[in-house]
Amino acid sequence: MNFLLELLISALIVLGGIFALVGSIGLVKLPDLLTRLHAPTKATTLGVGGALVASMLFFFGIEGTLSIHEVLISVFLFLTAPITAHFIAKAHLHEHVELREDLPPTGREQGWSTFDGLPEAEHKDHV
Amino acid sequence: MAEKASVDKRPFIQRWLPHPLLTVVLIVLWMLLLNSFSFGGLVMGTILGVIIPIMTSSFWPERPPVKAYGKAFAYMGLVAWDVVVANLQVARLILFRRSDQLRVRWVTLPLELRSPEAITVLAGTITMTPGTVSCDLSADGRSLLVHCLDAPDAEEAVRQMKVRYEARLKEIFP
Repeated sequence: MNFLLELLISALIVLGGIFALVGSIGLVKLPDLLTRLHAPTKATTLGVGGALVASMLFFFGIEGTLSIHEVLISVFLFLTAPITAHFIAKAHLHEHVELREDLPPTGREQGWSTFDGLPEAEHKDHV
Repeated sequence: MAEKASVDKRPFIQRWLPHPLLTVVLIVLWMLLLNSFSFGGLVMGTILGVIIPIMTSSFWPERPPVKAYGKAFAYMGLVAWDVVVANLQVARLILFRRSDQLRVRWVTLPLELRSPEAITVLAGTITMTPGTVSCDLSADGRSLLVHCLDAPDAEEAVRQMKVRYEARLKEIFP
């Protein structure tokens, strides 16, 4: 029983390690910042997730205590990863203004918020 | 003066608990952070859970309009599953696809959602799921700019995001 549990925990840790490694390989291999952004936002969530589930199983099965910190870590990770990615992408657009030509149209009167403001709203502020 | 009068007009509960759900979440979060139950911890958590929503309520005047909590939990389950699938897909793309063969493209997602909370959840979901990162919002907040790692068909990618996530979020946030 204990052996099976240890096997499962080890498997989870190894799996998490593999995904973290794949995320890092992606960072090296992919050509530019925006494609590189895909690697850490996804491939590493499962890497960290695997290690966290393994940690919970270890404390629950072998030490006999219920540890919930891991759930919090994954919640904070889910909250922060998209926001970080969003701001990195926006900063990248600010720095490389020539990318603006490649962006698709918004389908609205106003452009993307990185480059355009709301004309009416600005007008109202002045009045 | 006028502002003070309007503040005092609000009912007692609304003045002291502007975001009841946030209060509950903060208490639970505090208890989870302690990792063990103690009465002192519960008192401290309650104090924080009451003070933080009051202090931040001027930044967030409206209550988040969640309507269907059951559907919200179902949505979380769906996203958790999709995150696992997304990891496998992106891992496969990274390992077995030459980077010049990736069909990288920008996609515009026209939004039907209007509340800022719903749009935030949608943008976060899109970033966490298969091969897509939400990068920008149009200036009027009605379109989302999405970067796709490998999308052979732009319209298909947009349709999938709308059907899978936005339709569900529309039921959760009225």
